[in-house]
Amino acid sequence: MAVSWNKDIDAALSLAKAQHKAVLVDFSAAPA
Amino acid sequence: MPVGIHIKENPAGFHRFDSVWTPTALVLDENGKERHRIEGYLPKDEFSAQLLLGLARVAFMQKKWADAGKLYDEILQEYPNSEAAPESVYWKAVSHYKGTNDHTVLGEVPKILQQKYPTSVWAKKAIPWSV
Repeated sequence: MAVSWNKDIDAALSLAKAQHKAVLVDFSAAPA
Repeated sequence: MPVGIHIKENPAGFHRFDSVWTPTALVLDENGKERHRIEGYLPKDEFSAQLLLGLARVAFMQKKWADAGKLYDEILQEYPNSEAAPESVYWKAVSHYKGTNDHTVLGEVPKILQQKYPTSVWAKKAIPWSV
């Protein structure tokens, strides 16, 4: 299953708060 | 809710969480508070187990003892040979104790950890619970 990655941390945090969900933040330096 | 941040595209986002290395993955609760940090590469199963450990910690910190216990159980069922497994034995017992005040569950933990994960630091941490 493909993961739909959000790039906007603040938007994700707002959504997480509204939906009472945890957030996974992945930091990478790998080439796109 | 997955967020992917490339450190060259968004260095502020990287430093915002005091990150110092890649790859780094954080599990945050719904209020954005960091509950678990994974630094460095891990094979798929170890990474999956660490993610569950993070979700279990979120539930634990929200005092959702039964939910935390289920997540620790899931780690033990799905990833019994992972580094997260002995930690899950420990915190599953703590979750049960917190939810029930039944301290007898803690007494079983040192034996389980000594049998299954004798070299784990969690086996050492549980020594005071020996009955």
